Amino acid sequence: MAGAIKAVVGAGTIREGRVKLDLPPLVENGNVVPLTVSVESPMTPADHVKAIHVFNEKNPQPHVFSARLGPRNGKAVIATRIKLADSQKIVAIAETSSGEFWSASADVIVTLAACVEDVT
Amino acid sequence: MTNVLINAPKTAKPGEIVEIKALILHPMETGFRPGTNGRIIPRNIIERFTATWNGAEIFRMEMSPAIAANPFVSFFAVATESGTIGLRWTGDQGFLAEEHVAITVG
Amino acid sequence: MKVYPDQAPKARVEGPLLIGARPLGSASLRSGRRAAFGMLLVVFITTFALAQGATDSRRSGYQDMGEALQKMQDDDTANPGMLFVQLGEQLFGQPAGAANKSCADCHGAGSMKGVAARYPAIAKDTNEPVDLEGRINLCRSANQQAETLAPESRELLSLEAYVAFQSRGQPIAPLSDPRLAPFRAQGAEIYRRRQGQLNLSCAICHDDNAGKKLAGVTIPQAHPTGYPIYRLEWQALGSLKRRLRNCLIGLRAEAYAYDAPEYVALELYLMDRAKGMALEAPGVRP
Repeated sequence: MAGAIKAVVGAGTIREGRVKLDLPPLVENGNVVPLTVSVESPMTPADHVKAIHVFNEKNPQPHVFSARLGPRNGKAVIATRIKLADSQKIVAIAETSSGEFWSASADVIVTLAACVEDVT
Repeated sequence: MTNVLINAPKTAKPGEIVEIKALILHPMETGFRPGTNGRIIPRNIIERFTATWNGAEIFRMEMSPAIAANPFVSFFAVATESGTIGLRWTGDQGFLAEEHVAITVG
Repeated sequence: MKVYPDQAPKARVEGPLLIGARPLGSASLRSGRRAAFGMLLVVFITTFALAQGATDSRRSGYQDMGEALQKMQDDDTANPGMLFVQLGEQLFGQPAGAANKSCADCHGAGSMKGVAARYPAIAKDTNEPVDLEGRINLCRSANQQAETLAPESRELLSLEAYVAFQSRGQPIAPLSDPRLAPFRAQGAEIYRRRQGQLNLSCAICHDDNAGKKLAGVTIPQAHPTGYPIYRLEWQALGSLKRRLRNCLIGLRAEAYAYDAPEYVALELYLMDRAKGMALEAPGVRP
């Protein structure tokens, strides 16, 4: 995950704050996990969130999604549903128009179905 | 074309920030799952979702296999003028889905 | 307090019946005169309580889910099951088969209301009960002269989702057709039968241990209030049959064939056990 984050952020410093990551603390099924990312920002042409990147720690690959935003969004709030293979840490990084990086992380516990169905 | 459910307001006041929600039918096969024969089921995902307002792009989401099947997205947009909100999904195996909804602002 | 119809009376109550203190309808009173008064009181309070919903301790699987999943089910534009309802609506209007008729040609708008809430039922000219999927396929072959739809196929599930959606919010109302009684009893017997390598019965988890945790997940009471459901584990819509097969495999039992009468018998019993509870189709479940 660290490598994937570096690839996006480059040499910039990541500060914690301004980003809120909403995930259920206990997930009933890792196949469909509702997630909301919100970033405090005036979303004006002079000062807005340019992109939101979400990463995971234990899935087969570290990316979850990258979204491009702009002043036409009014609010930097995105909701979607993700897959989580295991209990792990999720990190959201917001990139602002002035080149700053802000982040938040959340630890999620993922439980799986008690009885697994045969694929056949 | 595949099934899509969209939740967008039909009218809005100028400058109002509206929520747009879209749900699309798609397996989002990760490419990491073994099938019944033990071989990996090939990846088949939606890679990109874009939203336009009267043609101008207002939102874009690059998806990975970590997005859940039948992907759901919710985002916000400032109601600038009346017209058409365009939603577009593209992905593996030449997947393409497009929907348009009209909105009256004023 | 459980109000399952076929549970043997357990408690003995004397004097005025206290709501919530003892299972209603299972009182066994001493003297004849007191029995008469007691029965009257039981009937009155039972009717009152059921109407009030005050003492019904039955819970739908919905109530055992976290808030995020409940919100997913409640929002029609976020509930993935609604994608299949939409597909079902399209299929309902599509002509099919040699007769080139669509479902809508015979079943007008609003005519499917209440159907899912009372199924399974005995189909006309037969003596065996069918579930919704069986009924849809009977119509396809007999009335549309079309090929039947494969079990768990997207088309069959979507049609079922569309029909079940028409009963959303309605109380489950199993039919009192006396011909159904032996099949319902068979279902009750299967429900209590120990099965599989784990040698468990449905009752052991879903009656005796509902509300407790199994591998971190709350055991639901297993009322079929949301079918067909969008199950997160399947990442797809599925029928009650699929869910029952899932349970059987979980018990390390051999799942009955798809067309086995056991599934319909079980569904008859489960729907009766859930009588009065609201149908939530299409439900979302983990």
